[in-house]
Amino acid sequence: MSEITANSGAHGANDSSRFYVTEHHPENGTLLGFWLYLMSDCLVFASLFATYAVLGRNYAGGPTGSEIFELPLVALNTAFLLLSSITYGFAMLAMQKKQVKATLVWLGITGVLGACFLSCELYEFVHLIHEGAGPDRSGFLTSFFALVATHGLHVTFGIIWLVTLMTQVGKHGLTSANKRRLMCLSMFWHFLDVVWIGVFTFVYLMGTLP
Amino acid sequence: MSEHHTHDAHDDHHGHDDHDDSGSHSTFSGYAIGFVLSVILTVIPFWLVMSGAITKSGAAGLCLLGIGAVQIVVHMIYFLHMSSKSEGGWNMLAMIFTVMILVIMLSGSVWVMYHLNTNMMPGMTAQQMHDMP
Amino acid sequence: MLDNIDLTKLIFGRLTWEAIPYHEPILVGTFAMVALGGLAALVAMTYFKLWGPFWRDWVTSIDHKKIGIMYMVFAIIMLLRGFSDALMMRAQQALSFGDSHGFLPPHHYDQVFTAHGVIMIFFVAMPLVTGLMNYVVPLQIGARDVAFPFLNNFSFWMTVFGGMLTMASLFIGEFGKTGWLAYPPLSGIMASPDSGVDYYIWSLQVAGVGTLLSGVNLLVTIIKMRAPGMTMMKMPIFTWTALCTNVLIVAAFPILTAVLAMLGLDRTLGTHFFTNDFGGNAMMYVNLIWIWGHPEVYILILPVFGVFSEVTSTFSSKKLFGYTSMVYATLVITILSYLVWLHHFFTMGSGASVNSFFGITTMIISIPTGAKIFNWLFTMYHGRIRFELPMMWTVAFMVTFTIGGMTGVMLAIPPADFVLHNSLFLIAHFHNVIIGGVVFGAFAGINYWFPKAFGYKLDEFWGKMSFWFWVVGFYFAFMPLYVLGLMGVTRRMSHFDDPSLRIWFILAAVGAVMIAIGIASLLIQIAVSYMRREQYRDHTGDIWGGRTLEWSTSSPPPDYNFAFTPKVYELDAWHDMKKNGYVRPKTGFLAIHMPKNTGAGFIISACAFVVGFALIWHMWLIAVIGFVALLAATIVHTFNYKRDYFIPAEQVVRTENERTRLMESHV
Repeated sequence: MSEITANSGAHGANDSSRFYVTEHHPENGTLLGFWLYLMSDCLVFASLFATYAVLGRNYAGGPTGSEIFELPLVALNTAFLLLSSITYGFAMLAMQKKQVKATLVWLGITGVLGACFLSCELYEFVHLIHEGAGPDRSGFLTSFFALVATHGLHVTFGIIWLVTLMTQVGKHGLTSANKRRLMCLSMFWHFLDVVWIGVFTFVYLMGTLP
Repeated sequence: MSEHHTHDAHDDHHGHDDHDDSGSHSTFSGYAIGFVLSVILTVIPFWLVMSGAITKSGAAGLCLLGIGAVQIVVHMIYFLHMSSKSEGGWNMLAMIFTVMILVIMLSGSVWVMYHLNTNMMPGMTAQQMHDMP
Repeated sequence: MLDNIDLTKLIFGRLTWEAIPYHEPILVGTFAMVALGGLAALVAMTYFKLWGPFWRDWVTSIDHKKIGIMYMVFAIIMLLRGFSDALMMRAQQALSFGDSHGFLPPHHYDQVFTAHGVIMIFFVAMPLVTGLMNYVVPLQIGARDVAFPFLNNFSFWMTVFGGMLTMASLFIGEFGKTGWLAYPPLSGIMASPDSGVDYYIWSLQVAGVGTLLSGVNLLVTIIKMRAPGMTMMKMPIFTWTALCTNVLIVAAFPILTAVLAMLGLDRTLGTHFFTNDFGGNAMMYVNLIWIWGHPEVYILILPVFGVFSEVTSTFSSKKLFGYTSMVYATLVITILSYLVWLHHFFTMGSGASVNSFFGITTMIISIPTGAKIFNWLFTMYHGRIRFELPMMWTVAFMVTFTIGGMTGVMLAIPPADFVLHNSLFLIAHFHNVIIGGVVFGAFAGINYWFPKAFGYKLDEFWGKMSFWFWVVGFYFAFMPLYVLGLMGVTRRMSHFDDPSLRIWFILAAVGAVMIAIGIASLLIQIAVSYMRREQYRDHTGDIWGGRTLEWSTSSPPPDYNFAFTPKVYELDAWHDMKKNGYVRPKTGFLAIHMPKNTGAGFIISACAFVVGFALIWHMWLIAVIGFVALLAATIVHTFNYKRDYFIPAEQVVRTENERTRLMESHV
């Protein structure tokens, strides 16, 4: 049974106070939590990369990478995404300086660049499907579309989040909650650029090689 | 101040939020350096492939992967402010663990599937397997 | 123009009246029972005016204690469904010999074993361990809730709605006939064109999101919210196993999400991930799903290893032997669990070099587990052992799990596995470790922490009934399967021609009936305990003489868990406090900052259910609308900045004074 006694001599009470604190504010875990979520998202991409690694040369008599990849377009897309990363960075600098308007402007530019990235990608996909090189043509094309489109979907959700956050910053200003959210989106956005490095290296560039 | 407030709490005045673990303060120079390095590390691989500079695709592949890995590290440091201090080292630990799993998944899958394909499709060459409708 | 669009097709997709199984008597009967029971429940809720409290105090609750309890309740309800499947299988296999074909035609039998596996793993075992971790971990680390209370609520409802998608397949359409892992090409669109595999995919996708987020939640909780002074090596051992479990969850579930999505794309968009033609590779599915699948079984077992550590040390009145080695063993298991996955498909043809590597790693991973068993035994040695129910379950676990582990090491040897793979030997092995490990551990945890959660002990007599029927029943049900497996009998078969096998199946069926009695005894135990709760009441909060911080709170704990956050100096913090003559403070309480309840988690999850159901039945319009609703509900929730409140100091004072009164009047 329990060993607690009702004994409360003066010494006991004094000793006991070292076993508790009267006020405790646990640290905020949002940034760590979001980083851990990003690590899990990384593994979704890892599964897709692994699938591309295995199926990526299964052309099934259909087109190969070098036949369908337009590297100049990919370079342009990469430029859009990289620029959007830096403009988000500028938004964060403005946020640190507590400048609401500047933050919103840079966020807006980031969103526009992201939309440009998506438009290019959509153009590429429509073009490929039109030529009979859609995701149902071969194992190579299936894994290509899955990987690149998943990345694109993430960018899409990022833009939706960005617009929502711009609205919230416009409404409530740079509160600590909003700053945390901006930092989470920042991690998300840069992470998407990191994944894109993997995509253009492993898929587009190496896929063009024989 | 907090004892007698029964209405909704907002946390702007809580000390701990302002001291959030953002020892990772961004600076303009940090972003600029990261950007320039990224541009360089992007142009090089594109040029390598588009100009056909390296003839052996195996070597070219390794080069590309290497440069890509370096650019990822650049992004991690300059854009994501990755350091062994953020979140008491947990960010770094989580990333190392994730990278480890990624490597196991990628290399393990390729190794296993290569053996499976070889054993389960006997007599076919890699080329035949790739072209099989 | 609108005439050209078939409105029925647009709204209902491929859902027609034929999907309802009027002509399957078992299902019609089941539906009748469910409908009657459900109706009775709804009437009772309305008559006793329980809807309000149900919504306010449970559905919208973000309190980790309530959510933990709900996980356990959900798991036990799903256990009844999963076990009905088991009873049907045992009955069929005992009956169906030679000319007699039992009562389950193959296409029905196949759904039964598929649903049995899916439900038991995803909707019984996972919620059991998640529920225990949710309830106990914040209390053990001296925190007031988890790091993300809203996310916790959302995770729970996603799990439930995922389970509801599987349950819906009983009455609308069919479930998969592919086994619980749904290998292609059998699960592809050509071989399984009906709704079955789609139910499977969407159930697991919805539930999987819940599990993943819960993993992130508990990790951040353990890392960031420990009481001052509680360093990593002063954390309770259950918290350590919870930490490692959640690392596995975060690192493994994304892979399941990705693979199921790929299978879904193959089925819906005609892609070629796992098809036989056009460059797909079905073996890649097996590879990827087991890269998830092996860590999954460690996700199930590590928390119960933590339970056993806590129980053994409490009921031996001794500190856990070898705490440091237990921690390291857990960490090693966590990492090694990613290096063994191929042992699930030695026979698929990867050859000697690959098989040897994975066979060796599999044997290595049994070593840290063995170390844990020795540590538990050494903890008991020279201890003052009390054979309360949790300890009984622990001893049963040690014997049963060891046997199962040994057969696992047998299977780890590739040449042996070539004989035993997919035989009943395999079935016996994994039930041996899952029942002997996870189920016995969950029961140990339930009996151990129930008094904390509800303030009264569970009835001992019915607990012992449950225990003996479960343990004896388990051996009757599964030891014959080892024999059958060694004789070469294959799994998942609904009919046999060799009459000499029959006796073993009959024995196994007897075992299943005994386990059924064990489950009934568990339910009776809970009911009887509730009815006799004043007799079994505990007023101290520390009914077993525990060593960790959860036992320093009242039973049940107040909403805020701790009026003052504890300060920790040693491992087994509560034991340390008691040893040093700790006296609970009775004054000086302050207002406490708490998160508010919210319905957003339930609503978003309900939208997810609608989207899943719509996608299964190709109801594209509803799927799109549902998805937009889901997104909108999520965004609306993010506009809610007022998510917390303060419990006034006066209320804290009142609660603590009530506890003081109870403790002092019941010395």
